[in-house]
Amino acid sequence: MIIAGITGFMSLLLTLQTPDAFGRNWQRTQNQWLYCLCVTLGCSAMIQLLAQACTVLINLRRTRQGLETQGWPGWPLMLLCLLLGTLLGYSLGIELGNVLTGRNEPGLFHVNLRSAAGMLGVSLLPGLALTIYFVGKGQVEAALTQAQTAQRLAAENQLRLLESQLEPHMLFNTLANLRVLIGMDAARAQSMLDHLIAFLRATLNASRSGSHPLREEFARLRDYLALMQVRMGSRLQPQLDLPAELAELPVPPLLLQPLVENAIKHGLEPAIAGGLLQISARREDDQLILEVLDHGVGLSAAKPSTETEGTHFGLHQVRARLATQFGPAAGLSLQALDAPEHGTRARIHLPLPPPNRL
Amino acid sequence: MNLPACTALIAEDEILLAESLRQELSRLWPALEVVAMAGHGQEAVDQALRQQPDICFLDIRMPGLSGLEAAAALAEDWPSEGTPFPLLVFITAYDQYALQAFEHAAVDYVLKPVQPERLAQTCERLRKALLARQAEQPAPALLQNTVDQLRQLLSAGGLANNISRPEPLRLLQVSIGQTIQMVPVDEVLYFEAADKYVRVLTRNKEHLVRISLRELLPQLDSQRFWQVHRSVVVRADAIDRAVRDESGRLTLHLHGSPDTLNVSRLYAPLFKGM
Repeated sequence: MIIAGITGFMSLLLTLQTPDAFGRNWQRTQNQWLYCLCVTLGCSAMIQLLAQACTVLINLRRTRQGLETQGWPGWPLMLLCLLLGTLLGYSLGIELGNVLTGRNEPGLFHVNLRSAAGMLGVSLLPGLALTIYFVGKGQVEAALTQAQTAQRLAAENQLRLLESQLEPHMLFNTLANLRVLIGMDAARAQSMLDHLIAFLRATLNASRSGSHPLREEFARLRDYLALMQVRMGSRLQPQLDLPAELAELPVPPLLLQPLVENAIKHGLEPAIAGGLLQISARREDDQLILEVLDHGVGLSAAKPSTETEGTHFGLHQVRARLATQFGPAAGLSLQALDAPEHGTRARIHLPLPPPNRL
Repeated sequence: MNLPACTALIAEDEILLAESLRQELSRLWPALEVVAMAGHGQEAVDQALRQQPDICFLDIRMPGLSGLEAAAALAEDWPSEGTPFPLLVFITAYDQYALQAFEHAAVDYVLKPVQPERLAQTCERLRKALLARQAEQPAPALLQNTVDQLRQLLSAGGLANNISRPEPLRLLQVSIGQTIQMVPVDEVLYFEAADKYVRVLTRNKEHLVRISLRELLPQLDSQRFWQVHRSVVVRADAIDRAVRDESGRLTLHLHGSPDTLNVSRLYAPLFKGM
């Protein structure tokens, strides 16, 4: 296809360039056309051959070095291919024409330098134009693929985030409880449903808004804990402590959610007797300390199983959000409580705005 | 259907769900008597061994032992004589265990929230299985079937561990007061679970480490250390011989120790003989 394109384009150019292209002498015009065809064929064939050979050689080297292969040799080499290809192709074309017509047109090397350079220049043009066209097209396609990959990755990440927040196990267990409550205690079912609605709305909105006040964060945790308490009964004893002067501080939405979830999932749920879950906010100098502390089975006793993968994603996500918003000034640490206490403490510290702005 | 009164155990840590399952069952299958309700895995095992029900409904995610672990423990400790092994039904909110493994199987499962139609299907299946069992009494075969399936399920659950497994442990660091004693795992004859600890037995010493067997197991090279019982992991090279007694029970004799170890039915297929 490329060859055909080049041929057509070049024939046209060369024909227009020759004096009296569609002139009186039909025989002469026919010969001109024939030569044009031969020259373009020769040029495009040679350029293709050289470019392909270069690409193969380059890719051989790149694979050995463990790099990605590419579809063309790159600009410097391609220009060389164009020049050499045109040079060789032109001579070849003239020779072919000579054989076909029985005439003896002089090749590039037999005419004076000026006219040879002119011929060469004109022959180079279409090759160059087409190369630019195809390279541009290739780049657009590559950019498109890259954009699509990025988009797919972002969507996957979003999905994982949502899945980690809307943990299916939690969701279906909650629904199962709700289903039972509807028949048994409609008022309690209604209040549980209200908590679930608030929790779901907050989860779905969390990725959209940049921050909300700490009091809102604690309210959403209360929703979540109310749901979990229906399920776990007295095994879950939550204690929330939010000083009034910190209530309006902005925090990333549902920042604490994964920590509370982990404390329940890995600390309290596996503990037969359950235990205390303390969530607190306090000020320490110019830092805000948020703490989630569970008196559950503790870090080391948590199952070394597939379930821990979820934790890593949850923690990773909290750290990533802190890093994007506050840089190195904020952080998350995880610590097993020392014996005789058992359990885990997750602590977030983030910079506070100056006191006068509070 | 000429089924005599059947008994069942329900193991579910969430009280509301346990209660609702009991009510739903009594509506669908009035002749089924729920003889025990357990709030965690170990309780389920103890109650099942004591009450010997025909059917066990086990929630997969429970504190202490998971439903699968409880079933495995039950399969290990179930007496070979007498009451046949209970039919198992697992309950789960989310099919994290690739539940296709449960399809067309001796063990059944239901998803939470439990749909009455699905539960009715399960009851029908259970009735048929109990009738068949009554007619032919193929108890040992059924137990073997269940055991094989449990082994598959347990290994499917453990599969993900293998992928990200770090280098196998070479050295155990045992705290004894203020000192830390180094014990190369090559010298260990076997590990035995003891509550929250693991007893480590070497040729001439016994140590106690503060780790559960469940945590330790993934750190050991599974080629060299074989689990032969839910509470025993033995170094394969330390096994001298496996002896089968009249009832089919396997016992391991070790090099360099008079101790013998019992192989549970779950792990008996490790020893095949050539």
